[in-house]
Amino acid sequence: MAHETVAAWHLAGLTVNSQTVLTSWSIMALILLAGALAARRVERVPGSGQTLAEGVVDFASGMVRDQIGPGAARHMAFIGSLFLFILFSNWSAILPWKLLGLFEIPEILPPTGDINTPAALALITVAAYFFYGIRAKGLPYFKHYVKPMWIFLPLNLMEDFSRPLSLTFRLFGNVTAEHLVVGVLSMLIPILIPLPMMALGLLTGAIQAYVFAILAASYIGTAVQTH
Amino acid sequence: MASEVMVAASVIGAALAVGLAAIGPGIGQGIAASKALEGLARQPEAEGKLRGMLMLSLAFLESLTIYGLVIALVLIFANPLLK
Repeated sequence: MAHETVAAWHLAGLTVNSQTVLTSWSIMALILLAGALAARRVERVPGSGQTLAEGVVDFASGMVRDQIGPGAARHMAFIGSLFLFILFSNWSAILPWKLLGLFEIPEILPPTGDINTPAALALITVAAYFFYGIRAKGLPYFKHYVKPMWIFLPLNLMEDFSRPLSLTFRLFGNVTAEHLVVGVLSMLIPILIPLPMMALGLLTGAIQAYVFAILAASYIGTAVQTH
Repeated sequence: MASEVMVAASVIGAALAVGLAAIGPGIGQGIAASKALEGLARQPEAEGKLRGMLMLSLAFLESLTIYGLVIALVLIFANPLLK
């Protein structure tokens, strides 16, 4: 089950995986299009599309309110975008991309299956909670490293390293595992047997998107809160 | 060190990584699910909250197995010690 080598772009001296970049931007365009269509004509008695969009926004804002506390509406953009991007990108693995092989297009992998995308999202989350923590508390934010006692300093420093690692590996491992299992099953018995694993992939993709978003919200909440 | 020994060691290491990484979280998830079911049997109207909590806890426990899987994948597909 080898992955075909994809074209590598060379931009400004860096080698970029073109498939990941193109797929990521397509997913972002799709999310923007869906959002623009849902918000085009807001009516008092909502139709089905508007209800779906309101449900998603309500879900994200509930998550933010639980983790960060009230008055946290400005964080909702970040957490909501994380959740939607990871959700759409995990679910994009379910579509039958092999049909495009008829047009000589190589198989499209989900962008979260390339380790760079979850790593980038995790690093953005770490930068976000540092930024929001320093903005909320100023330089005394760094006092939390020696709480509750000074002897906790190495543990708290380790935590700042282990958080992005765990976020990255959790997301990347789940998506790649689902992709590999479906690939191997399709190689062995292509008819009907991969279907339960693809259904499981839908479930785990959604759960991983939710876990990533709620962890990001919880880290920001811990950084911003003032007891 | 001969390359064949490295290949054999990587394969054994990958298999052990996944196998051993599945033991602990398997037991942990069983305990979490059993406590959730006990709570549900005691109070069936708390099903929504219990389900949310259980899903979240299972995802966290699952990630420990995923760490082992990632090491196994790296050893098999992207081994930096070969070639």
